[in-house]
Amino acid sequence: MNPDDLKYTKQHEWIGAEDGVYTVGITAYAAEQLGDVTYVELPDVGLEIAQGAEVATIESVKAASEIYAPVSGRVGAVNTALEDEPGLVNESPYEKGWLLKLDNVDPSQMDSLMDAPGYGRFLEEHAE
Amino acid sequence: MSYVPTTAVEIDEMLAKIGVASIDDLFACIPDEIRLRSWDIPPGVSEMAVRKLMAEIAGKNDVSLVSFLGGGYYDHYIPAAVDQVSSRSEFLTPYTPYQAECAQGTLQSIYEYQSAICRLTEMDVANASLYDGGTALFEAATMSVRLTGRARVVCHPSVNPVHRDMLKAHVGNADIEIDYGDSPAQAACVIVQNPGFLGTIRDFSDLADRCHEEGALLVESFYPISLGLLKSPGEMGADIAVADGQSLGLPLAFGGPYLGIMAVRKRHMRKMPGRIAAATQDSRGNRGFVLTLQTREQHIRREKAASNICSNEAQCALRALVYLCMLGKEGLRDVAVHCHSKAEYLKSRLPFAEILNDGPTFNEFALRLPRNASEVTEAMVASGFCAGLPLAAVGAGGPDDLLVAVTERRTKEEMDEFARALEDAACN
Amino acid sequence: MQLIFDKSRPGRRAASFDALDVPEHMPPPEFCRSRPPQLPEVSELDVVRHFSALAHRNFCLDSHPFPLGSCTMKYNPKIGDAVTSHPGFTDIHPHLSSVSAYLPLCQGALELVYETERLLAEIGGLRQVALQPMAGAHGELTGILMMAAYHSHKGNEKDTIVIPDSAHGTNCASAAMAGYKTIEIPSGEDGSIHVDAFKSVLNDSVAGVMLTCPNTHGLFEPAVRELADLAHEVDALMYCDGANLNAIIGQCRLGDMGFDVVHFNLHKTFATPHGMGGPGSGPVGVGERLEPFLPGPRVVKGPEGYHLDMPEKSVGRIAAFFGNFLVAVRAYAYIRHLGDQGLRQISRHAVLNANYVYARLKDVYEPAFASQVMHECVFTAAPLAEKHGVRALDIAKALMDYGFHAPTIYFPLTVKESLMIEPTETESKETLDAFCDAMIDIAATAATDPAILHEAPATMPVGRLDEVRAARELDCVC
Repeated sequence: MNPDDLKYTKQHEWIGAEDGVYTVGITAYAAEQLGDVTYVELPDVGLEIAQGAEVATIESVKAASEIYAPVSGRVGAVNTALEDEPGLVNESPYEKGWLLKLDNVDPSQMDSLMDAPGYGRFLEEHAE
Repeated sequence: MSYVPTTAVEIDEMLAKIGVASIDDLFACIPDEIRLRSWDIPPGVSEMAVRKLMAEIAGKNDVSLVSFLGGGYYDHYIPAAVDQVSSRSEFLTPYTPYQAECAQGTLQSIYEYQSAICRLTEMDVANASLYDGGTALFEAATMSVRLTGRARVVCHPSVNPVHRDMLKAHVGNADIEIDYGDSPAQAACVIVQNPGFLGTIRDFSDLADRCHEEGALLVESFYPISLGLLKSPGEMGADIAVADGQSLGLPLAFGGPYLGIMAVRKRHMRKMPGRIAAATQDSRGNRGFVLTLQTREQHIRREKAASNICSNEAQCALRALVYLCMLGKEGLRDVAVHCHSKAEYLKSRLPFAEILNDGPTFNEFALRLPRNASEVTEAMVASGFCAGLPLAAVGAGGPDDLLVAVTERRTKEEMDEFARALEDAACN
Repeated sequence: MQLIFDKSRPGRRAASFDALDVPEHMPPPEFCRSRPPQLPEVSELDVVRHFSALAHRNFCLDSHPFPLGSCTMKYNPKIGDAVTSHPGFTDIHPHLSSVSAYLPLCQGALELVYETERLLAEIGGLRQVALQPMAGAHGELTGILMMAAYHSHKGNEKDTIVIPDSAHGTNCASAAMAGYKTIEIPSGEDGSIHVDAFKSVLNDSVAGVMLTCPNTHGLFEPAVRELADLAHEVDALMYCDGANLNAIIGQCRLGDMGFDVVHFNLHKTFATPHGMGGPGSGPVGVGERLEPFLPGPRVVKGPEGYHLDMPEKSVGRIAAFFGNFLVAVRAYAYIRHLGDQGLRQISRHAVLNANYVYARLKDVYEPAFASQVMHECVFTAAPLAEKHGVRALDIAKALMDYGFHAPTIYFPLTVKESLMIEPTETESKETLDAFCDAMIDIAATAATDPAILHEAPATMPVGRLDEVRAARELDCVC
């Protein structure tokens, strides 16, 4: 359900690491809660961001959700496909619906995040 | 008489269903010590008596004078259809169109209003209305602050002093600095008005370019009737256009309700406050209209909302739409031509006064009289004229300065008589 | 249905003017627009037919009940339309009040402002009222600006406003607009604010507390006086959102509960028309602490009549003049028409009607709070959603087919799938019964045939509209 090779935050963001590049998105649960995504506001490339700081906003018809950086780093790339197809976040939250990529990340910050089973348990306890 | 239809028999039936003995029991939750004992509210009177009372109060206002009073709010002719159409029950008594399927009349009229405003201003997108011109100006300033991340807004001398005061009051102690002048350096925006408060027409295209070079926005406050003739905010390069829509079919009504107009460039749309209607379809392919971008608004975003605005001036926006449709392309141009031509004529009949404007004017101009303007206006009242706005009264000029406005309602005879009376009052 | 722009025909014209009686003059060409505004060219009949057709696509209070919680959609008396059409009210220029020579020309208008403010102050138990705010949210902002001025003058360093989780979104947005942080205080299980929870968020950095009383759960805040005392101990000011005044008008007064500042909603409690979303009017009333900071100019009664005064410590010009004057004219006429007894009857019957609806529906819909209600009652459709997949939204859409506008849905945020019903005092028992019958029928349909509800409304000019498409395409202009 929730891919095993990713880590998760309590704000329902996921983060995956590959060769020093960290990709961030929102989980299937979050996408479902939001409903059909209508717009994604992404940061500028080059922005330095601290762990836990607001980095993006996802809008649906009924809500606007802030996205928080799971780790500190520098924004290396943003998913420009979302400008024309914001619905990718709903269709493919873990792949085509990725939000941004970070570099300059301290890998040890990943340790404080949940793994897939941990996130699964978190959802069971807290989901409505 | 409180429009309560419920009879004594029905009250008993309802109390029985609820399971209490009297209505008083339903107020048991109110502590005794704060119960109202008595208040100084007069007994109610019949509708007949209310009508008489209100007519008496209205009768203490004198609307018989021939008026040359402007200062941002103008005595234009309102076609009969504007009143008739917009005061229909179906437009006067519904709620905000949150349940779109039973409010398509409202929503389509908002869409048409937004479109009419964009065509008038040559901007990309308009909202469904704000409270009035002054609060629209404030919302434009805070929108510029949000867009640029800069905390300084610059207010050009052309801006109506009433709007300038409202801007100051709304900013209060918040982290926004208001400067006066026209320098866009390090500013979120420069706010200008065209025609200016004294009536002078300007072209702010150069200033728009300078603003953009400095990373600032140009906010232009405009006079809707003047756009029948004058260069639009869109053509000048403004980023945000705001106005008070009173001149578009709204009575002067001692200050309200009026209409806050706001139109912006497409790229700024998501930071624009207020409601917006959009076209869409239902499942059968029928076109319909809904409120959109509501996630910017207070009922979803709460403290992160673009603004706190909830109620707006929807009914007034409808009046403006009907007015613009009644006048149409040619009609609005005609009103503007009449206003401007008559004002130029009147100017030519006042050689005894100095014109203070440093450029061409639209339908309003500032005079320096040979005598104190307050004394002159008092004498003019006795002659049956409301001569204009003494500028000292609003802190916008010297003791002898008078702001005179002319609309399409003023006839040549009235203006000739006015010129004679003014010369008499000011020179003799 | 076509847009008015589609009906445009080159050369058609509705309004026209007399021939120009002075020489025609044009501004210098460099200041003129390049092309005329592309407004529709239509005849007066075109305009009238078009807007008639639009009118037929609207539910309105004159034709359908609108039991919207927190909105107080009560009947708008026609006497209001009659009195506001008087040229003595419609044709007076606001700047007449700015000039001493013109003051004699607008004494009636100034009297109306003065008297309306006085009556509202008396109704609210307050020292003074200012008519300037043009809507409830504008009143909230004004109230918070006054609080900020109060603290600034005292040299207090306070940066927070306390707001209940059940509050209307405008409360939070207004606080933020004025530069304050907000702390949310959770409602207790019974739907009210508890003293312990309140104490835990109250400290020296709290500038003010914004409450609604009765609150948005429809309940009178039982601890309100104690909360006010506690707030005043740390020099925090108490604000009351007067949206729910219909429940208590004439029974008790907000000023007597310890509130320092209050706003009224003339378009709610005082029966002025909602006009598709406005104009409203949100006059603000204050107690002693905030009196010096009222917005201006203020109408003052002197031996020679009414004139204006700008209070020394005023927060300034919140409105250009006196706010939405014609709305105040309607409200004043309403207050004088109803008078002492009539105003008291409002709350008695508003509360009776809401309790009757509650009694009829509480065994069919799950009440959000198991206690007596005031002028509105809150239910949750969550059980229906769980069992049959029928949500508050579906119920709202289905009600249209029964001839009712929906109640308020998804507010307050503290209740899942909430349905907030405020019948108001002007609806008859048979209308209340018809509404309850419709609601009961819908609940039954949820169990047997939920598809009907998912596809509702079936009898409106359009079916459910694609809001996602609207938000993605943003077709807002033609």
